[in-house]
Amino acid sequence: MQTVTKQNSGGLRQWLTSNTPQSRFQARCGRAWLAWTKLTENHLAMIGLGIVLVLIILTIFAPVIAPYNPVAADLGNRIQPPSAAHWFGTDQLGRDILSRLIYGAQYTLMIVALVTITAAPVGLLIGTVAGYFGGWVDSVLMRITDIFLAFPKLILALAFVSALGPGLENAVLAIALTAWPPYARIARAETITVRKSDYIDAARLQGVSSSGLILGHIMPMCISSVVVRVTLDMAGMILIAAGLGFLGLGAQPPTPEWGAMVSEGRQFLLEQWWVSTVPGLAIFVVSLGFNLLGDGLRDVLDPRGGD
Amino acid sequence: MIEIENLNAWFGENHVLKDVSLKVAKNGSFGLVGESGSGKSTVLRTMTGLVDDWEGNIVVHGHELGPKRDKTFYRQVQMVFQDPFGSLHPRHTIDRILSEPVSVHKLGDSDRRVVKVLEQVGLNNSFRFRYPHQLSGGQRQRVAIARALILEPSVLLLDEPTSALDVSIQAEVLNLLAALRRDLGLTYIMVSHDLAVVAHVCDDIAIMNHGRIVERATASQLAQGSLEHPYSQQLYKAAGGYDRAVIDSFVDWD
Amino acid sequence: MRQDKLLSVKNLTVTFSTSKGPVNAVRGVSFDLGRERLGIVGESGSGKSQTGRAILGLTAANGSIAADEMQFHDVDLRNLSPRQWRKVRGARISMIMQDPKYSLNPVMTIGDQIIEAYREHHKVGTKEATHRAIEMLEAVKIRDPQRVFKSYPHEVSGGMGQRVMIAMMLIPDPELLIADEPTSALDVTVQLQVMAILDDLVRERGMALIFISHDLHLVSSFCDRVLVMYQGRVVEEIRASELDQAKHPYTQGLLNCLPKMDGNHNDLPVLQRQASWAEG
Repeated sequence: MQTVTKQNSGGLRQWLTSNTPQSRFQARCGRAWLAWTKLTENHLAMIGLGIVLVLIILTIFAPVIAPYNPVAADLGNRIQPPSAAHWFGTDQLGRDILSRLIYGAQYTLMIVALVTITAAPVGLLIGTVAGYFGGWVDSVLMRITDIFLAFPKLILALAFVSALGPGLENAVLAIALTAWPPYARIARAETITVRKSDYIDAARLQGVSSSGLILGHIMPMCISSVVVRVTLDMAGMILIAAGLGFLGLGAQPPTPEWGAMVSEGRQFLLEQWWVSTVPGLAIFVVSLGFNLLGDGLRDVLDPRGGD
Repeated sequence: MIEIENLNAWFGENHVLKDVSLKVAKNGSFGLVGESGSGKSTVLRTMTGLVDDWEGNIVVHGHELGPKRDKTFYRQVQMVFQDPFGSLHPRHTIDRILSEPVSVHKLGDSDRRVVKVLEQVGLNNSFRFRYPHQLSGGQRQRVAIARALILEPSVLLLDEPTSALDVSIQAEVLNLLAALRRDLGLTYIMVSHDLAVVAHVCDDIAIMNHGRIVERATASQLAQGSLEHPYSQQLYKAAGGYDRAVIDSFVDWD
Repeated sequence: MRQDKLLSVKNLTVTFSTSKGPVNAVRGVSFDLGRERLGIVGESGSGKSQTGRAILGLTAANGSIAADEMQFHDVDLRNLSPRQWRKVRGARISMIMQDPKYSLNPVMTIGDQIIEAYREHHKVGTKEATHRAIEMLEAVKIRDPQRVFKSYPHEVSGGMGQRVMIAMMLIPDPELLIADEPTSALDVTVQLQVMAILDDLVRERGMALIFISHDLHLVSSFCDRVLVMYQGRVVEEIRASELDQAKHPYTQGLLNCLPKMDGNHNDLPVLQRQASWAEG
């Protein structure tokens, strides 16, 4: 086959798309660039990425962006409808909902980030070890996973939080404890498909140890599926965190956590709908954003997508 | 150099190798020919420790192999797999694929070794940081051969090294293998379904069917077509191309 | 034999749009086909499979077909609607792919799949269709057709699976069969047996056959005429019996680089590719 037209050339672009990289660094960048161009072709994923970026920006610049103090009560200004001064209105203590929303972004992001860095590696490790060794190791690890999977997530998280005591940190811990089993399952399934492949056998014949095989050869093949699953699960994590907040077991007042905000507004839902609806919409939009991004990443990262 | 005596192997209930014996001299090349399910690849996989359930004696370099292979074994014996698309890790660069064995065996000097072995298999340095998907089939198989060579083994086990390649690329790889054996004094055991390929590379040939060696021949005997066992004769005739009369004489060996 | 022209292809070009720009997989291929066995030979990337797929309109979604002519009897194969394609594919032109494992439905018995293929194009009852299906399995030399009829694809061997595929593709009685590497996943002896069955059926039914393969030697011993493709172009067209007089250096090179059973271990001649071959 022949390439008919030539690529428009630019220094950096050529460096990235070069078929003959000169260093490890260039090879890695080239690969990332390829994934990025593929992701940019997916418009929905870009919308998702945009939402996630907005969330991150809000987290970093909350004090600059937010027009009011999120926790300072102004009882003379209670439950105001949306207006030019308060775009999303005020709540039962007269606090500006927009400002609370902006400050709340950091809690949502923190929950998602903490759960991800605890649950995903644990699931990945348990799954790859079970899949690689098989036999009784597999049976023991997978039965433990099954026990965790057997409980509804929210109920299990509720149980953990009640035992640990309410609070955002404990809520994160509880969600992490309930979130890892699916990752272990995915990692195990992925491991079993690659375990028998020639390149694993080849590495074994080079004298690579079991731990070297799992960490260096098998995990890289599982990571993309797990990453995709994690982004898809983030929506669920946000909802569970919001649910715990709603039940008063997550963030404690006056923390502007979105789930807690929905909960606090529920008594005014019929007459002053915005108090609950606006944070509810924020949860919805961010969940959707993570879902869209996850879907896009799946298309880019799926090892079966072919290179 | 290599002596295998009465090798038997099982996959679960399946008895896949039945009393296989063979001997290869230093710098010799031995070919195993057979159709799928004949057990030819299993001989190599048993030698390298990829098959657990086996019995018999395997002696390499005067050392009898036990149930486990240690690192020193892998420095002596390396294997090249059939499918160059499946035997290279899709997420590792060529550089990583080649330097990993060097660090596992703590040989040091990995940069120089990688460059040297790439040169040995006829790839220049521009390939070093590519990923396998940026290479053609023939180039990948060269990388797979380089990976086997980087530990400087004395024995190469070749499992259908060219059957996934185009014929013009096959010729290049076969020439490369011949040159390496000459220059590095390697010993080969090659497995293939293709009589002509084995006859070209190997001096001694054994034909396998259903886990058993049914006939042994030298390359010159094969050239004359003087095979005795009816199964080997059938394989020999099949290599001649499409001939209606010959095909009608085929017998099923199931 | 060749006087009644079945298929005429002129200046066929298949272009794929990829992230690296458009790629021409097939470039200006022309040939006529009568009731004969035509071989298309080439290495990977030569465009041989894409030529076969283009005739059946099976080019992948990111590819486009252009041709001055693609005439199959009275049907212009360019720009057929999906409904019109259904009347051609399977009924008048059939295709056998490389690996039967991926072409057969794993959760349907072999018999049901053959019956379905038959009833797609013939309005007959189940009984008649069953009868025809068993007959067809006998025709592809399956010794116990009743048993195979009731089996699922995973219960039969690769060679048997490919026979089943042939039975399925030939039961609607197509006029042209395109076989894309139909035997390269099989052992040599099984491969030849399957080809013999194909040969018989094509002869008995007066069908035309396009046999696509990478194996020049095998194709030339089997077909009447061979097209040799290189980088999307036909570099040589030659009668199979005259292969040893091939003129194009690529064809000669392909023949020479095969290892021979002559007992010598000398280096094989290596193909020296020339840029001019791709220019045509």
